[in-house]
Amino acid sequence: MKRLCDKYATKLVTQGLAAPNDPIIGGLDAELVWNRPDPRIEEFTKLFDVLSINSLVFSKPAEPYATILDFLAGRTKSAIRPEDTETRTFLHDIPICREFTASAMEVNLKKRKAVIIPGEGIISCGTVSPEQGFVFYSSTIFACFVLFFSDYLNKLRNKTLDDEYREIFQRVVKNLPQPHTTLPQQVSGPFTDEDTVLAAMAESGRHVVGYGLVDSFFGNISYKLNGTVYISQTGSSLEELEGCIDPCPMDGSATTGLTASSELSAHEDVYRRSNYRCILHGHPKFSVIMSMYCDKQDCPNRGKCHIKCTECRTVEGIPIVPGEVGTGPTGLCNTLPPAIASSGSAIVHGHGLFTAGLNDFNKAFERLLDIENQCRKHYFNMVKSYE
Amino acid sequence: MKECFGWTGTVLLIDLTTKEVTLDHPDPAIYRKYIGGRGLAGHYLSPHATREWADPTLPILIFTGPLTGTLAPTSGRGTIMSRSPLTGAICDTSVGGRLATQLKYAGYDGLIITGKSDTPCGIEILDSEVQITPSNLHGATSNEVFTHLESSILTGASVACIGPAAENGSRLASIMVDRHHSAGRGGLGLIWAEKNLKYLMVKGTGETHVHDMDALKETREDIFRLTAASPVLMGQHGFSCWGTGSLFDLMDSRSMMPTDNFQKTRFPNAHQLNAAAYKKKFVSQKHGCSGCHILCKKIAQDGRPIPEYEAMAHFTALIGNHNIDLVLDANDVCNQLGMDPISVGSTLACHREITGQEYTQKSLMNALHKMAQGDDLGHGSFFFANTCGRSETSMSVKGMDLPAYDPRGAYGMALAYATSTRGGCHLRAYPLSHEVLRKPVATDRFSFSGKARIIKIAEDINAIVDSLTACRFTFLAASLEEYTKAFIAVTGVQISGQDLLETGERIYYNERIMNAANGFSASDDDLPARFFTEPGTSGGGVDIPPLDRTEFLAARANYYRVRKLDENGNPTPEITKRLGLDQ
Repeated sequence: MKRLCDKYATKLVTQGLAAPNDPIIGGLDAELVWNRPDPRIEEFTKLFDVLSINSLVFSKPAEPYATILDFLAGRTKSAIRPEDTETRTFLHDIPICREFTASAMEVNLKKRKAVIIPGEGIISCGTVSPEQGFVFYSSTIFACFVLFFSDYLNKLRNKTLDDEYREIFQRVVKNLPQPHTTLPQQVSGPFTDEDTVLAAMAESGRHVVGYGLVDSFFGNISYKLNGTVYISQTGSSLEELEGCIDPCPMDGSATTGLTASSELSAHEDVYRRSNYRCILHGHPKFSVIMSMYCDKQDCPNRGKCHIKCTECRTVEGIPIVPGEVGTGPTGLCNTLPPAIASSGSAIVHGHGLFTAGLNDFNKAFERLLDIENQCRKHYFNMVKSYE
Repeated sequence: MKECFGWTGTVLLIDLTTKEVTLDHPDPAIYRKYIGGRGLAGHYLSPHATREWADPTLPILIFTGPLTGTLAPTSGRGTIMSRSPLTGAICDTSVGGRLATQLKYAGYDGLIITGKSDTPCGIEILDSEVQITPSNLHGATSNEVFTHLESSILTGASVACIGPAAENGSRLASIMVDRHHSAGRGGLGLIWAEKNLKYLMVKGTGETHVHDMDALKETREDIFRLTAASPVLMGQHGFSCWGTGSLFDLMDSRSMMPTDNFQKTRFPNAHQLNAAAYKKKFVSQKHGCSGCHILCKKIAQDGRPIPEYEAMAHFTALIGNHNIDLVLDANDVCNQLGMDPISVGSTLACHREITGQEYTQKSLMNALHKMAQGDDLGHGSFFFANTCGRSETSMSVKGMDLPAYDPRGAYGMALAYATSTRGGCHLRAYPLSHEVLRKPVATDRFSFSGKARIIKIAEDINAIVDSLTACRFTFLAASLEEYTKAFIAVTGVQISGQDLLETGERIYYNERIMNAANGFSASDDDLPARFFTEPGTSGGGVDIPPLDRTEFLAARANYYRVRKLDENGNPTPEITKRLGLDQ
C-alpha cells in the first residue's frame, strides 16, 4: 500500500495537479500507512474508522486550480454541479465541506466520491486502491476548470459578469501553463507487427499525458493492424500502457476486448468508414470548453445538449457532436465515427477530442495539439470580443 | 409496519407438515437492520442454522428486497437460503427470473417454508391465496414441470422447481426458476426434495410502492448512463451482447482458465469454444431477469440456454472436452435434472484425474445421469475424492467446488475463495472486478497487498447488493452511491452508502456466526494444496508460479484482523455485540 500511496502522490505532482510535497495519501490493509508524515493525518485517520474505505487522497490543488475551486466554492451553497461528461456520468456533483474536521468530511464522503474543502483542498477516497482517489481528485479539478471558464464566457456574453469574477479570472489566466508549440518525435508508420504497434501506442500515450492533453479519465488510443484493433484498456492511464492494450479482432471471433476502452465501438466504426489506422482521444480542456459554448439561447435542447444537440456545430472547423460515454442509445458510438471519418477529428460535447492518423500517431498527435491550441486561442479571442 | 414503501411488511410462513399458513409482520427495525434478501433470510435462518439438512424444521427461505419490483435497474432478483447439504455451511443463492418480483407483487417480502409434506407437493400462491397442492410430478425433469404448469398457470406467474437429482438425493441439486434461471450452488434443491416440495408457483397482482418516484427515475438514469459506459456490461464484447461467456477468452488470455482439474491454466482449444463460437453456431437471443436492462442470459434457437461462463469452462477445459455441442448438451442436462453445472464439472474433472479416463459424449452423458440417480459422483468432488482416498484431487473450499477462475492468476480471488462463508465461491467478494475487469480501477492481481481490506469491503458491499436486491453485475458500472439513492427513493429511509455498508458487515458477520456454530474455523478458510505446490501455465510474458503459502496465510491473518475475527477466524463477542447480533 505504501508503494501505491507514494506512486499517486508523485503522479499528482508530475501532472501539475498538486504542489510538490503537498499530497497526503493513506492506504489501509491491516495497517494504515501514509506517503509522508503530516499533522493533519490525525484527523484523516479518523475517516478510516468511520468509512469503509482502504485509501484516501488529499491535497491542495496546484495553481490555478486552487484559486478556481475556492472561487466556485465561495459561490456555491452545498455542491458544485458542472455539466461536463465526467461529472454527469461519474461524479454527479461535488460537495463543499466548510469545516476541516473528520466528522464534516465524513458526512460528505458518505455521499460522494470527492469533496472540496475551501482553502484546504480536495479529499477523495477509494475502496480498492488510491488510484480511485486520484481519479476523483483529478476529475474534480477538470470539471471545475471547465465550469469556471465556461461560466466566465457565458456571463461575459450575457453581460452579467461581476468584478470579482473578472479579477479572479485574470489571476487564473496568468497562472495558466503556456501551450506547447513543438511536436514530439514519434516512431513513423505504418506498423506491420504487433510489438511495434504496442510500443508506438505506449510512446504516444506518454506524450499525450506529458503535453497535458489528457486529464481525468485518461482518454484512449488505438491502432488497426490486419483486421485487429489494438486499444487501450478501460480506465488505463495513457502514460502507463505497457500490458494494458487489448487486441480486438474486428471479425467478432473473440471477446478479448471485454476489458477494452468503452469507446472500442466508436474506434472500430471509424476504421470501417475510413482509411485511418490510428485514433487518439484526449480531454484537452479548451476543446471541451468550446464544445460546450453555444449562443443559441432559446434552443429547446438546452440542458440536454450532450445527447440531443441537432445543430451542425463546429469550432475552428472541427465538428462537435453530442454523445455519452459508451454504447447506449445516446452513445457517442453513434455520432462520432461519421464525423471523424470525414474530417479526421471531432470533439464530443463536454467530453473530449478524438483525432485520427493514416499511418502512425504523428499526424493524430499534431491534430490533437493543434486543435486544443486553436480552441484556446479562439476562447480568448471570444473573451476579447465580448469585453 | 406503518411505512409500506419498498417493503410490504409481510413475511409468509408455510409449514408443510401441518399445512399451516401464517403471516409474520417484522418490526420495522428488523428491516432497517437486515434490509431484505440475503440479510433478512440470514436473520430468519440464524436460530435454525445448526439443524441438519434433513431436519424438517430447517427452513428454506426465499426473500425479496426493498428494490424488488421497482424501476431500480436489475432489481428483480431475490435470495434462496438455507444450510447447505453439500458443505454444512450457510448457503444462499441470488436467483433471477421472475420469482422475487412475483412474490413481492403477491404481497410478501419473504417466504419461509418448514416441515415436510407426507406426499410430493407444490405450493401455489396467488396474492393472499396459498395452496399446498399434491403433485404428481415426482421424477419429472425441470422442463417437464415448467411445461406441465405453463398450461394451467396465470400469465406472468413464476415457477421454481427441482429435478430428479434432488429427489434422488444428490447434494449438487439445484432449483430451477422460470425454465432458464438456476439457484445452483450448495445443493439447496435437496432440501426442497427432503420437504417433498417439487415446485413453487407464485403470481402477484400488486405492486411495490415507491416513496419518491421522481428521485428513483433520476437515479435510474444515472445507473443506465453508467451501465452504458461499461465495456464489460454493454460494450461490444460485454455481457449484454455475448453473455457471461465473453469471459472465456479473457480468462484464457490471462492464464486463469482452470484446465485439467486446475493442473494447467491455459486451454489450447479456447478459441474454438469461446462465446463467438456459440453465437455463430447457435444464433442466440437475449434473455434476462425481471427488471433488467443488461439481459446477460443467452438462449439458443432451439430454446436451450447457452451455458454461463463457468459451465462453458468446466465442461471443456476442466474436463478435456473439445466438443461445443456436448457443452450445450451437458449444461442442458444439468438444468433438466436439476444440478449445479459448476460442481458437476468439477466433480467430473476430479473423477477424470483419479481414473485417467477421458470423456466421450456417451460416457459424459452417462456420468451426468448417474450423478442425478444418486451415484457417489452426485455428491460433489469433495465427497467423491475422499471416498477414493484422493482428497487432494478435490478442487473445493469447505466442500464447495471452485468455479472457473484459477486463484494463482488473481491473489484476491485466492483469499476470497478461502474466506467465503459459503465455500468455493467467486461471488462473495467478486475480486474479478478489479483484478481482471479493471473496475472500479485495476489492482495488481499477483499481489496480496491491500487485498484483505479490499475483500472485506467487497464482501460487505455484495451482502448489501444481495439484500437490496440487485444484480452484482450492475456494480461493475454503478456503485453503492447510486443504489443508496435508489434505496432512499424507494423506501423513504434516509441512509448513507456507508450506513448500508455497515449493514453489509452485520449481514456477513451473521453468516460467520452461523458457520462457527457449525464448527467452521481457520482450517476451513483454506485452498486446496495444489495451488501452493504446483504452478499454473506460464507464457506470453506472464509467469504463474504456485501461491506462496506464507504470503497467503499472512493475508488471511490480515483479513481476520480487518474483519475483526479472532485468530481462528471465529467471531468475537465484542463485534457480535456491536453489530447487534447477540440478541
